[in-house]
Amino acid sequence: MGAPMSEHSTYTPGTGIEKWLDERLPIIRFSKEHLMDFPTPKNLNYWWTFGAILAIMLVVQIVTGVILAMHYTPNVAMAFDSVEHIKRDVNGGRIIQAVHSVGASMFFAAVYVHIFRGMYFGSYKAPREILWILGVLIFVLMMATAFMGYVLPWGQMSFWAATVITNIFGAIPVLGNPILELLRGGFSVGNPTLNRFFSLHYLLPFVIAAVVVLHIWALHVPGNNNPIGVDVKSSRDTVPFHPYYTMKDLYGVVLFAIPFAWFVFFAPDILGHPDNYVMANSQVTPAHIVPEWYFLPFYAILRAIDFNILFINSQLGGVIFFGGSIVILFFLPWLDTSKVRSGTFRPMFKWFYWLFVINFLALAYLGAAPAEGVYVILAKICTAYYFAHFIIVLPVLSRIEKPRPLPASISESVLGKAHA
Amino acid sequence: MNPDASTLALASIEFDLSAIEEGQSVTILWRGLPVFVRHRTQKEIDEAKAVPMSDLKDPATDEERTKPGHEQWLIMIANCTHLGCVPVGESGEYDGWFCPCHGSVYDTAGRIRKGPAPKNLVLPPYDFISDTLVQIG
Ligand code: HEM
Ligand code: FES
Repeated sequence: MGAPMSEHSTYTPGTGIEKWLDERLPIIRFSKEHLMDFPTPKNLNYWWTFGAILAIMLVVQIVTGVILAMHYTPNVAMAFDSVEHIKRDVNGGRIIQAVHSVGASMFFAAVYVHIFRGMYFGSYKAPREILWILGVLIFVLMMATAFMGYVLPWGQMSFWAATVITNIFGAIPVLGNPILELLRGGFSVGNPTLNRFFSLHYLLPFVIAAVVVLHIWALHVPGNNNPIGVDVKSSRDTVPFHPYYTMKDLYGVVLFAIPFAWFVFFAPDILGHPDNYVMANSQVTPAHIVPEWYFLPFYAILRAIDFNILFINSQLGGVIFFGGSIVILFFLPWLDTSKVRSGTFRPMFKWFYWLFVINFLALAYLGAAPAEGVYVILAKICTAYYFAHFIIVLPVLSRIEKPRPLPASISESVLGKAHA
Repeated sequence: MNPDASTLALASIEFDLSAIEEGQSVTILWRGLPVFVRHRTQKEIDEAKAVPMSDLKDPATDEERTKPGHEQWLIMIANCTHLGCVPVGESGEYDGWFCPCHGSVYDTAGRIRKGPAPKNLVLPPYDFISDTLVQIG
């Protein structure tokens, strides 16, 4: 386990001013400890660069978003045109808007990699449960933010996404209707909805930033997990964060920027839907409603419940499973009780992990497919498996699986590899 | 954040039916919601009346779906009771409405017959002021 926070500082204030500051607000010491000297396992692979990529993406969304907000008008009569105005008339607006809308997709791509990385390497296990829970919280906030952002251009998909998603809350018994009216600020999705969504879309990224700070705090208490999942045993297992991981992360960010730039410059609309170039119309629903790709697996789960379950009707049933599919992530640290963190040393878990990944991708595919025929049945099977993975597979595996022997230390595993 | 006064002011409207021919329907706005006003044909009314209650997921007679003496008028909020899309008229297996979002099917009285929607299309509160004038809300 990493040494307590304050012990690994090599900071000695050089000048008089630094010394004066250090006695009042030790911000330089703090930064040096956490951004430079922080002892980091020396075997982290590229899956570990996604945390830094996510931090950069949050900054990218906030910077482009603030600029967009200078030119955007949150009014149902003008919102659609104002986004077109940004794309056509505002200096650099075409690129800024594309960076922001493609950026949302890239952000989610990175967060999915980051989450699945954590699932494979058991990063949610003790002593990192709170770190994991804060991560899931960030994911939920990101979904809320992206959904409300998607409503802002006020196209047909914006409008119907707003209608369908707010209605999900309307399905809650008793409180449903008051919540629905509160979310919409009226009886239906309209100008008050757009206004409050804009306000919240501006606010939430800063809430996310605050939770990210807690997330990193919770990371820096036990220190990083690593690909073999064995605790740091001595200083030989670690290297200072800077320059080793600042450089590795930066390299990851540059690689990540390549597909990002390709989308922005060559295909800014490819991830979107043509129907969103038609202004919102509350009287006509587009023939095929599909959410943004990053919501598809959860959308498939929502749709899969088209039957009543005892006294729960099909609509509420869908909502319960939809919410449950995200809420269950919070409980993951207590569902998988195997002491071995890394999937690399868990011969059975490894297969079920990949099955879960395939099942998740299948759900994404089914979320985009029309709700008819064989797709409906497949969506039900995949939904059932999604939950079974958490409720049955993981707890059972923790009990019956015999893990492979773990390397004695990080250093040993690294050196062993070099000799082989 | 509850609805403000200007929003509440749109709570009630009057609508003149005289221009809608038999077999026609229009979609109007009430409280920002689309509302179907359909002038049903005799065939559609007969079809709706012939359905046994046991066939229905959300049982309601055709009489309960309309006002006495005005059976030809079907006035319903046009949002699918699943998640609120606007179904397409005169389509689907029951000659009523078909929702393109997740495939719910409604009959000629706007009752749910198939798909994920749990309930019949919702009737707004309304009254006939005269034979051709109706007040919604
Ligand atoms: C967590 C970070 C953020 C995410 C995931 C996000 C996501 C999105 C998405 C998906 C859209 C719709 C883009 C489109 O379809 O054209 C959007 C639009 C918008 N966002 Fe954000 N956003 C974030 C942060 C911000 C911030 C900090 C602001 C600052 C005020 C902002 C301001 C805007 C504005 C003005 C629009 C409407 C213009 C447009 O549609 O491009 N966003 N956002
Ligand atoms: S909204 Fe009509 S079927 Fe889902």
